[in-house]
Amino acid sequence: MTQKTVLNATHRELGARMVDFGGWDMPISYGSQIEEHHAVRRDAGMFDVSHMTVVDLHGARTRDFLRHLLANSVDKLKVQGKALYSCMLNEQGGVIDDLIVYFLGDEFFRLVVNAATRAKDLAWIEQQAKAFNVAVQERPDFAMIAVQGPNARAKVVGLLHEVDRARIEKLGRFAAAAAQGPHGAPLFIARTGYTGEDGFEIMVPEEQAEAFWKELADAGVAPCGLGARDTLRLEAGMNLYGQDMDEDVTPWEAGLAWTIALDEGRDFIGRKALEAQKAAGVPRAMVGLVLDDKGVLRHGQKVLTDHGDGEILSGSFAPTLNKSVAFARIPASTAGNLRVDIRGREVPVRLVKFPFVRDGKPCEGI
Amino acid sequence: MSDIPGDLKFLKSHEWARVEDNGLIRVGISNHAQEQLGDLVYVELPEVGASVQAGSSAATVESVKAASDIYSPVSGEVVEVNEILGDKPETINEDAYGEGWLFVVKASDRGELDELLSADDYAELIEHEDD
Repeated sequence: MTQKTVLNATHRELGARMVDFGGWDMPISYGSQIEEHHAVRRDAGMFDVSHMTVVDLHGARTRDFLRHLLANSVDKLKVQGKALYSCMLNEQGGVIDDLIVYFLGDEFFRLVVNAATRAKDLAWIEQQAKAFNVAVQERPDFAMIAVQGPNARAKVVGLLHEVDRARIEKLGRFAAAAAQGPHGAPLFIARTGYTGEDGFEIMVPEEQAEAFWKELADAGVAPCGLGARDTLRLEAGMNLYGQDMDEDVTPWEAGLAWTIALDEGRDFIGRKALEAQKAAGVPRAMVGLVLDDKGVLRHGQKVLTDHGDGEILSGSFAPTLNKSVAFARIPASTAGNLRVDIRGREVPVRLVKFPFVRDGKPCEGI
Repeated sequence: MSDIPGDLKFLKSHEWARVEDNGLIRVGISNHAQEQLGDLVYVELPEVGASVQAGSSAATVESVKAASDIYSPVSGEVVEVNEILGDKPETINEDAYGEGWLFVVKASDRGELDELLSADDYAELIEHEDD
């Protein structure tokens, strides 16, 4: 049974091409996917991300619970409204999901997890929460709209109630706050995103989502599909769960070492396995690849190196660069002479640091 | 559906064939196919002089989303390819039945043309493909 967000009819009215995305009927593009990508890099675009799962956690020991549940440390969250990106691991150190956690009160945190992993995430979180007496409450009553691009914040702020504008304008990166939108809609506004551009991810009550979407469109924010979201996040060097990492991959092997906090005395799930793998030597690394030749790197293609084979994880044409880039997992310590097998043809690729694009421009060496 | 030129014949896999005045067969992909693929970013064409088989892969088109094999509607020898597509693959998105053609075949067995779908039959096929 395919699920629909509350904006489904709005997408269809706009002529969106709809696809099944993890069990959800979602717009992949409204017209040209490349134009939508450029709209976000150059101005402002919006995405319906209501399929993502919002989970509220309440209870006196919620912070303790999250110290145990997450590989990143919620102790970094000191100011109410601040957010943190983290992996949630199994005992083997494999990634169950990646998520954002918001600190909303001494006894109240909010998680946003992936749509495709909803059922297993909820089961895992509920199972772990019992010992901490934390209440786990899904929030399907929220729609979510990501507004992204260099002009995204200004366009959103212009739609807010006057009393909220200055405060939301000053909202720091990776922080969230409540504000009043058009027609009194109560919004939860976070300065986060999945495109590498500045902007907001905004939760809005379902019944007010359609009106808010239309206000944003009238303010000049371009509707963009999940196709553009994928090329934007790849250029920005951001992982996609299920493609770049999963339960058989540790954060060390997925370019996510920066999200692991080995703070003293914190016994989080998967920590022992992570420490053991690090001590033994991490066998594989996630790297960035650029194809300077014609062609497109795609998920599943084989990467040939002097130290053994690897594979392309996320790979696509990158509209900002006008060539193809990819993430690949390859044997650690591979330094050069990389080739990708594209339909039986061995094509040389360049090993690079990612992100590939930052602030709308190609990074140095890409 | 009325935008499909009546002189074209089709494979179920969305390639079109047009018999030119000189008897050669020009090949491309349908407007429906380019819509499904989305923005095209790379086209791999056969060499001039290569032989192609009806129903076998002769070229590859890649959109942002995916790579797709292009089957030749007829067997024969490739006598011309659309060089414009090397720099401007988006020409297929803009004009699938015209400037966005892929290659031209000198057919070895014109009888194969009779196996192809008429424009009307193809229109019906893609109508049923959309739910």
